[in-house]
Amino acid sequence: MLANYGYMDGAGSYFITIDTDKCNGCGKCITACPQSVFETGPDDADPLRDEPVAKVAAEQRKKIRYACASCKQYLTSLSGVKTEESVEGMKKLPCVVACETRAISHSW
Amino acid sequence: MAEEKKEYWRWLESNWTSPDIDWKKGDVISAGVDVGSVSTQAVIMVDGQLYAYANMRTGSDSPNSARNAFAKALENTDLTEKDVEYCVGTGYGRVNVPMAQRAITEIACHARGANFMYGPTVRTVLDMGGQDCKAIRIDDKGKVESFLMNDKCAAGTGRGMEVFSDLLTVSINEVGAMSLEVEVEPEPVSSTCVIFAKTEATGLLRQGWPKNKVLAAYCRAMAGRVNELLQRVGVEKDFAITGGIAKNKGVVTRIETLLGFTALPPKYDTQLAGAVGAALFAKGLAEKERKAKG
Repeated sequence: MLANYGYMDGAGSYFITIDTDKCNGCGKCITACPQSVFETGPDDADPLRDEPVAKVAAEQRKKIRYACASCKQYLTSLSGVKTEESVEGMKKLPCVVACETRAISHSW
Repeated sequence: MAEEKKEYWRWLESNWTSPDIDWKKGDVISAGVDVGSVSTQAVIMVDGQLYAYANMRTGSDSPNSARNAFAKALENTDLTEKDVEYCVGTGYGRVNVPMAQRAITEIACHARGANFMYGPTVRTVLDMGGQDCKAIRIDDKGKVESFLMNDKCAAGTGRGMEVFSDLLTVSINEVGAMSLEVEVEPEPVSSTCVIFAKTEATGLLRQGWPKNKVLAAYCRAMAGRVNELLQRVGVEKDFAITGGIAKNKGVVTRIETLLGFTALPPKYDTQLAGAVGAALFAKGLAEKERKAKG
């Protein structure tokens, strides 16, 4: 199940996607993130699932653009257009790398 | 002498009871209460069949909103809260539903509710709620495969539509029909912000644009906005829309134009999806508890 956390407003679209079919609830993303963006808890979309999954903490969802800014050094342009550099940069984000099962991806 | 100010944004509250079902002959009586930021629904089901419901405005107090909607749903029945075996709360105010045994997120409940209301062929659900917008991909059983919610911004939500209906002094339930009374479809107003769209609309009115043309431009902008969300999760047929804006033909037809195909026609009040899903989860949990007790 693909959980997309984030928002869209006048400035653009900012979403972190967690694939809960891959997520094993290990919590390494929590340790890797310098801004406490992640937490583990019950699966929001599957009330019958017992194992916890990673998700973006509720209080972070509407401001992840700012929380994630410090890690996204590859964002040199304001236009939001994806460049080769940004695509490569996204793969090296601390949370993306720390995830054992490669369940995390960013949209910007 | 004070003039009574007409409230154009005020949509009608309602309740309904099934004329065919005798709840006393039923086995599992379950309920779902969806306390949203703008509206609250309470649904009562007898053995997974829709028995009664109410759709009301959410007040400033979530527990009272839940109680009022619940009471309204039971109004024309001789059912009481004691007769309901299991109740699930959902929506923004789900942890404040006093008669609920459990709270389940609106994503899961909307998915299940859409599966009930539109049938097992639905794969993509667009919920346009009072203050948020959700795109959900589901399987044939109503299980969530992917979701995306935007609750940061009024564009694409009922609140945005209420602002426009008030600005143009058009009753909210007439907005859709009026927006379709245009010969040539105008360019959309700025879709990124309701505040800017409102300013733009005021300017257009001053330029001499008739109301229906301004409404057409706004509905077009709203459709474009939600389409961006839909493309992020990907749209697989069949496609269905839930929430209050599903009742607005002006927005619905423009979304269909952008997608290139039509949404499934609703057979139930589209604002009920969350509460219906919650009532179905409640039925399952009631049955699970019975099994556990042996």
